[in-house]
Amino acid sequence: MDGNAPDFAAASRAALADPQLRGNFRRAMDGLMTKRAAQFAEPAEWHGVRALAASVRLRALSKLPELLEKLEENCTRNGITVHWAATTEEANSIALDILHKANAKLVVKGKSMVTEEMHLNAVLEKDGIEVLESDLGEYIVQLDGTMPSHIIMPAIHLNTKQIAHLFKRKIKDAESREDAAYLTDLARRVLRAKFQAADVGMSGVNAAVAETGTLCLIENEGNGRMCTTVPPVHIAFMGLEKVVEKLEDVPPVISLLPRSATGQPITTYVNMISGPRKSGEKDGPREVHLVILDNGRSSIYADPELRDTLRCIRCGACMNHCPVYTKVGGHAYEAPYPGPIGKILVPQIEGLAKRGAMPHACTMCNACVEICPVKIPIVEIMGRLRVEAVKPGGAVKDGGAKASRAEAMVWSGWAAMNASPTAYRIATVAMSRLGNAAPSSLPMLKEWTNVRTKPRFAGRTLHDLARAKGIPDV
Amino acid sequence: MSDARNSILTKLRKTRDAHPLTPPASDFAPIEAKQWADEERLPRIRRLMEAVHTEFIDATEADWPAMLREFLSREGVGSLLYAPATDAGKRLVEGWDAASTTLIPYDRPLEDLKPQLFESIEAGLTTTRGAIAETGSLILWPTADEPRTLSLVPHIHVALLRADALFDTFLQAMREQGWADAMPTNVLLVSGPSKTADIEQTLAYGVHGPKRLVVLVVHP
Repeated sequence: MDGNAPDFAAASRAALADPQLRGNFRRAMDGLMTKRAAQFAEPAEWHGVRALAASVRLRALSKLPELLEKLEENCTRNGITVHWAATTEEANSIALDILHKANAKLVVKGKSMVTEEMHLNAVLEKDGIEVLESDLGEYIVQLDGTMPSHIIMPAIHLNTKQIAHLFKRKIKDAESREDAAYLTDLARRVLRAKFQAADVGMSGVNAAVAETGTLCLIENEGNGRMCTTVPPVHIAFMGLEKVVEKLEDVPPVISLLPRSATGQPITTYVNMISGPRKSGEKDGPREVHLVILDNGRSSIYADPELRDTLRCIRCGACMNHCPVYTKVGGHAYEAPYPGPIGKILVPQIEGLAKRGAMPHACTMCNACVEICPVKIPIVEIMGRLRVEAVKPGGAVKDGGAKASRAEAMVWSGWAAMNASPTAYRIATVAMSRLGNAAPSSLPMLKEWTNVRTKPRFAGRTLHDLARAKGIPDV
Repeated sequence: MSDARNSILTKLRKTRDAHPLTPPASDFAPIEAKQWADEERLPRIRRLMEAVHTEFIDATEADWPAMLREFLSREGVGSLLYAPATDAGKRLVEGWDAASTTLIPYDRPLEDLKPQLFESIEAGLTTTRGAIAETGSLILWPTADEPRTLSLVPHIHVALLRADALFDTFLQAMREQGWADAMPTNVLLVSGPSKTADIEQTLAYGVHGPKRLVVLVVHP
């Protein structure tokens, strides 16, 4: 992506004006919310497992450096090669190195949000390597030349008709049939040939177990298993927060992730990989690589409040429940992670100069906090980022980038008025007498009244009314 | 090793030590509390898995190869890939006289079997290490004798499930079977045939993995 700051306001206005897009999202999010709620019908079970999963993630964060070392040690003992990348550039060059050594021409990929962060596909294509997304949603998005609009359902912004047209245009011999079963089967035929021929398979990681050196991947389609089993080389990418301490920590996470994400009791496949093909084994990749990416996560970790961002297990439930996301869709954010988690994660990774608008795309309704399976205080962090955006010298990259002298003056005036009874009395009396005469086109006021009716000021202040009722001033 | 490794770990350690985090204790009781009576487990597994299009066949130790043979010929399945060195594989071939289904042993590395595996073999047979009642999931434990692709590439996956190897939860299975002490190259939970809802949330079966999952329940 380019270095220019994405214009969230403009992108969301365009999205709001697209009834097809809004219809697609509304229908999908309503379905996902209903299915999720059915999975958590027993409040005691939800609260108990949720507290357990949150404790698993917090315990992992409390020992993060030690667990990453232990993960490396145990993966290495299992025959997995571990690589560390401070930046996405480093991660991309590690990937290219492995691909060059393997003389790779064709890569098949399972879903990995970290590689979206890295813009890995563009890097590989530039290097002349064919890279194919194999998750059906990701495959659709790749054919369409766009980005995922949801971290769990990448092509949720498109309907069957639009996908049928896309396949007809892009896939040889495709019939024009608006039938999900036919389209799925078509993708199966195209991709099976690719799985068979691929030199390297790539995947993300849902949880990496320090105790045993195991990479856990969950999925429904079997493409993740294909990518991690059939090609001779497997490269897995993970953000450094994805580690858990013990194998027993996996069941609580797996119990909540699919139920929160799609309302299924479990995904079709839970795939636990603890090494490359051993001597005597007949299949599985001969090399397994694990790339551990920082990309700003260690800075997030440094702040005790912002650190909670790293609990995330990437279920996407916060998106499904977000009134803003549901209206504007995933593309308006122009970011690898949209929705509530994106609004707190992306500004911390990419900085507030570029992403200072994102924390404002929130009504603070708290819906995401209520359903977050690991209890991330998303709205509190959102508030913190709004402050950091206007206040230089904080913990987040490019803090103060959105500072405005006028806004700062208004707020210090507001503070001064509220600190002095006399100033307060003068200001409220003035508002009650003159407020309604002020034109709604005044600078700053205009920003509000552009899309809203200007509020009417009452003729008498609350203090006046109270006094009239005989309530004494304190 | 690399500079990145050291700088990342140093930064994490330094900032964590400056602001240590005390996590709440992990109380596994909410998962341990999920229990079902012996007679409830199999029906529950069956109900959950059938809801996602898994098929079930009841058999006994004595007749499962015959039941499988019958199923395959009824469905017109021409070829079955199996693991010749496992006990189940040996039982399978004893007196296999079905003219309609050819048995193909998985007796060489994937590289030598790939074209056949992807282009012509119709079904694969694996064992399981049990199943999980909470979610309706089979535990697959691939080995050198029973490779990973056996349950992945053929269009139909037939899994042998012993009716006395049922667990309440994923957690209970990994504890009782001592997984953490010796994880094999790959362990899988399989809860149905391959599926997707990526096209407008319409459920479609058989995207990349098997289109059909058939559980052959071996009753004691």
